Amino acid sequence: MSHGNDHDHAAVTGSATSPLAARVRAMEALLIEKGVLTEAEIQDNIAYMDSRSPANGARLVARAWTDEGFKARLLSDGKAAAIEFGIEAGASPEFVVVENTPGVHNLIVCTLCSCYPRNVLGRPPDWYKSFEYRSRAVREPRAVMREFGFEPPGGTRVAVHDSTADVRYMVLPMRPPGTEGIGEEELAGLVTRDCLIGMGVPSAPTG
Amino acid sequence: MTARFAPGDAVRVRPGAKPGHVRTPDYLKGRQGRIEAVLGSFPNPEDLAYGLSGEPGRVLYKVGFRQEALWSDYEGPSDERLYADVYEHWLEPGGER
Repeated sequence: MSHGNDHDHAAVTGSATSPLAARVRAMEALLIEKGVLTEAEIQDNIAYMDSRSPANGARLVARAWTDEGFKARLLSDGKAAAIEFGIEAGASPEFVVVENTPGVHNLIVCTLCSCYPRNVLGRPPDWYKSFEYRSRAVREPRAVMREFGFEPPGGTRVAVHDSTADVRYMVLPMRPPGTEGIGEEELAGLVTRDCLIGMGVPSAPTG
Repeated sequence: MTARFAPGDAVRVRPGAKPGHVRTPDYLKGRQGRIEAVLGSFPNPEDLAYGLSGEPGRVLYKVGFRQEALWSDYEGPSDERLYADVYEHWLEPGGER
């Protein structure tokens, strides 16, 4: 595709100065020049990603806590349940929700790269992408959780899910005790991003 | 979609390396596990990665592995499991009951 103007484009991906950022900008310029992508498509994709956040997951969890029928749908077909909330989870990959119970605490990792339910929750935290987390979460999940200041209750089995393929996982934590009189919106406020990965559990508001 | 394995089946992850893009992690190669669920059929990522269609699709399974069998120094109850999603062509019958 010819590039019919002679002004310099400001790269859509920003002006950060790290070597990686420079490489991304160079690739972006090439992809646009060769007609593989347009600037508008890149901008749209950034806007789409920015519109995703852990708040989506928190809303799904709070509804599941207050509506047994919704919880059943969330666990059997996560994507359809997300669509009920207007969260378009995309055609692929699959979105599967795993439930914490008194007997099982779930922890999510991707040892191969950084697979994460981005279409629902946005970008993963940096620690989730770190080599250290990816290599240690499968091998010593309990030690890693302790380092995050969290320990599953005694008698609870830890189930680690390595998202190696076409499924992205989110954890449905248990509703904390002491939240019986609390409405759905406030309940959602108790659910942090880390709880949705299994690196912690929500607690009742204090005071 | 014809799935070769069913939930509860004992399987082993094929050992050995394959050049190129592979979604089966090394730490599970040669390890014994149990089919937990049949997740469906998906385009083969080993072909998709190189711009091919990925057809015919491959059946994907959720496979459970006993942590204690994976790591000799594992800290935790002996019935704790790790789950990973493995394509059918990386699995063979046999192993854990």
